[in-house]
Amino acid sequence: MKYIDEYREDRTIRKLIHKISEGLKHYNNEIVLMEICGTHTMSIFRSGLQRLFPAEISLLSGPGCPVCVTPNAYLDKAIAYSKLQDTIIVTFGDIFRVPGSSSSLEKENAKDSDIRIVYSPLDAVKTAEKNPDKNIIFLAVGFETTAPLIALSIRIAKRRNLKNYSVFCGHKLIPPAIKGLIQDKEINIDGFILPGHVSTIIGTQPYQFISNDHHIPSVVTGFEPLDIVQGVYILISQIVNHETPKVQIQYTRSVKEKGNSKALDLIKEVFQATNAQWRGLQSIHKSGLKIRKTYRQFDAEEKIEVEVEETKENNNCICGDILRGIKNPLNCKLFRTICSPENPIGACMVSSEGTCAAYYKYADIGRDDE
Amino acid sequence: MCLAVPMELVEIKDNIGVARMGEVGIEVHLGLLGDVKLGDYLIVHAGFAIQKLDKEAAEETLTLLNELLEEAE
Repeated sequence: MKYIDEYREDRTIRKLIHKISEGLKHYNNEIVLMEICGTHTMSIFRSGLQRLFPAEISLLSGPGCPVCVTPNAYLDKAIAYSKLQDTIIVTFGDIFRVPGSSSSLEKENAKDSDIRIVYSPLDAVKTAEKNPDKNIIFLAVGFETTAPLIALSIRIAKRRNLKNYSVFCGHKLIPPAIKGLIQDKEINIDGFILPGHVSTIIGTQPYQFISNDHHIPSVVTGFEPLDIVQGVYILISQIVNHETPKVQIQYTRSVKEKGNSKALDLIKEVFQATNAQWRGLQSIHKSGLKIRKTYRQFDAEEKIEVEVEETKENNNCICGDILRGIKNPLNCKLFRTICSPENPIGACMVSSEGTCAAYYKYADIGRDDE
Repeated sequence: MCLAVPMELVEIKDNIGVARMGEVGIEVHLGLLGDVKLGDYLIVHAGFAIQKLDKEAAEETLTLLNELLEEAE
């Protein structure tokens, strides 16, 4: 497939990794890199890159799996909405099986709730048009990549005068989360692999603080194996050569410095930044999105009252520490004992791009198990 | 969840296009982009084109890499 296969070329990947190893010959410290995005985590594991990189490089997975960082309080409220009369919950597939405090959307769907999985927010709008006597609540969980799509769905619903469409907004923003990670004293990262598709929307300006204020190199990276290896090469070059840290773009075929202005305008029109809770990272200043007052008729939380159970966390699940990069799934006593993709205890095992799911599926080919 | 893939635009009707990857074609909303034309490659996420793939930049990435690796040999 064009623009995919050429970035999976085995020989080039191995040669570039060899070049990275050569560059590290006279560098004596361990280098810790974090890939923020869950899609990177999956790509690294699936392609076996963990095993190919030199041992001096540690790759940590960050908080870039939207379902994983969504706290139980959000899930509990979504579950409560699903129990309301004449209500259809519409969602992307990933969140369906994530356990809340005492139930999950999957379990409620098996009882009386009507929960539908869609591919696109536009399908949610169509569901609202086809079911005028029901309330349609779309569970908007995601980062900047998805936010403009949700914004557009709200604008379309407004134009079509749909009174039964609303959005339960749990959207989060990546740059404030990175800031939170850097300020966390337990975490030491030498370089960040920044998410390619979030950055396709927001560009590189929002990341400048990483190098300007914290002197850490970073690189916006694509998702094919060669992209990731080149991203690592760029970071290693900055580190080993003691260059002035900067934000670079590896994924130039999709990411421009200024991002996608149309998408950014839409986000601004419909949403405003708000403080948000992240699983593992707690509350981060202005790290979430909420729907602006001008569109409040589409805000489920403004429109629909619901009683929500008291939120409980599973104390044995270390998903939060894994999302901060201070532990990995092999440090968890639930991992592979009672927590598995068939019976997930925490969000990191449910989401296909969660770190625990990636370890479960691929860690036996990774260095950690050797 | 931020998964997006490059797909070739093969039909356009107002704000909706059909984009294809191999044998698979899907409807794609074009409202987040400026001008697009048939034969463009789009980065598609959840039914929306979020960017037009920059073909020159794609080639350049590979050319630079190959130069770098040839140098090493």
